[in-house]
Amino acid sequence: MTVPSQVYHLARRSVVRQARQPANVIAPVLFPLGLLAVNSGGLQPATLIHGFPTNRFVAFALAIPFLQGALFATMNAGSDLARDIQTGFLNRLALTPMGGAALVVGQLAGVASVALVQAAFYVAAGYVVHVHPRAGAAGVLVLLVLAVAIAVGFGAVGVFMALRTGSGEAVQGLFPVLFVFLLVSSMNFPRNLIEADWFRWLADVNPVSYLIEGVRSLIIEGWNGEALGLAFAISACLLALALAASSLALRQRMTRT
Amino acid sequence: MRAFRAAALAVGWRTIHNVLHNPSLLFPSLMFPLINFAAFAGGLSRLRHVPGFDYAPGYAGFQYVFVLLQSAAFGGVFTGFGIARDFEYGFSRRLMLAASNRSGLIAGYAIGALFRWLATAVVVTAVALVAGMKVKGSGVDLVGLYTLAMLVNVAFVLWASGVAMRFRSVQAGPIMQTPVFMILFFAPVYVPLGLLRGWIHALATGNPVTRLLEACRSLLAGHPVDVAIAFGVGIGLILLFALWARGGLRNAEAAGAG
Repeated sequence: MTVPSQVYHLARRSVVRQARQPANVIAPVLFPLGLLAVNSGGLQPATLIHGFPTNRFVAFALAIPFLQGALFATMNAGSDLARDIQTGFLNRLALTPMGGAALVVGQLAGVASVALVQAAFYVAAGYVVHVHPRAGAAGVLVLLVLAVAIAVGFGAVGVFMALRTGSGEAVQGLFPVLFVFLLVSSMNFPRNLIEADWFRWLADVNPVSYLIEGVRSLIIEGWNGEALGLAFAISACLLALALAASSLALRQRMTRT
Repeated sequence: MRAFRAAALAVGWRTIHNVLHNPSLLFPSLMFPLINFAAFAGGLSRLRHVPGFDYAPGYAGFQYVFVLLQSAAFGGVFTGFGIARDFEYGFSRRLMLAASNRSGLIAGYAIGALFRWLATAVVVTAVALVAGMKVKGSGVDLVGLYTLAMLVNVAFVLWASGVAMRFRSVQAGPIMQTPVFMILFFAPVYVPLGLLRGWIHALATGNPVTRLLEACRSLLAGHPVDVAIAFGVGIGLILLFALWARGGLRNAEAAGAG
């Protein structure tokens, strides 16, 4: 079996598996949208601050669900692979000519498909509350591509964690850690308006800030090459680093088994 | 009464012992409010410049009160996870066979939850003071503030007990925590009630937690407002959730857990 064929079969399994677990698809859609509703209501007065980039907080905050959805993707990808390890599926797979790359890429295909569905929901929710991305129809397409890129990057982190630990519980334990990165970012305020120096510094060095700003730029600014370039570059770096680490972890896991 | 006290003290001591000897139980309930405090008081402090925002203890104080109540509520919820775990492992079955007054078991879990929250409250208060929170209230005001927070802790441990005893599985975790999360965040978390507009204002106005939050904030600021109403709300929640927890206990007994 050729490598593309291996990838196809594993990707198909991953996509079908995601589709058969409604909780994996529904929770990443509903939970971020619920938080968006609560925060955009409570933080609307922030738009009265001089220099705030929009007069509707919901438009500013619409970028956040894309990142929260990506965090869920990390957990889903990691948990599924960890289950494969715990149930011995990976051991049986190791007896076949299947390549390690096919396993990882196939797993990430499931993440990409869920991420695309999620992102489409978030964009639609935006339209429902009259938030029309300033970048127009082409911007929506770029937004979907960026959302998938971010989710795949985070999904690769989940795959690495699963291969490294072989435990679904350990992968789930990663969620609060990743959530902290989201909390100490420019998620609720533009970086230049953050008053506390220490928090602004944290938001400046936190790559998640730039991922949010890339998504946000398409919604409230239009086309901002720098913000988009940074967001795509950071997603690519995250993916590359996580894949390199996953490859190493996979080799060790195969040795162990 | 003696049987009630014996059961309560035994379960309370066991819960406290478990929390103190297992960092994975204490750590999340400590880190969760601290991270929220850092994110809200640090990241959103510019909100104090919003026209109409006037709070003497500063934005750190404004968020401290929310995080204090949140930690109190979640201290109760996290204890509920422990109750559910006791049912899953079969420990509760033995506990219920041994206790001659089973209501004492719920009281014991409440004692454990209170201790757990007090440890968190000490740390959160220290961090808030370091972060620049100004305490304007008198000693009496502060006693009122922490008593109200204690009522919140007791109310939500009773809520979580009721859920845990009905479902008897840790899988009921989302049922325990999601409503608590929602009721807390539908209160005026980021700005005072008067600055909220539209549907969130209507929801916050009808939310009982808003009364507790606004009263606690007024106590920290040294200008108590509607404190009697807040105590009424706190005691009302306790009575309501005590009935809920009692029903949960009956349910567990009927299901054969006892």
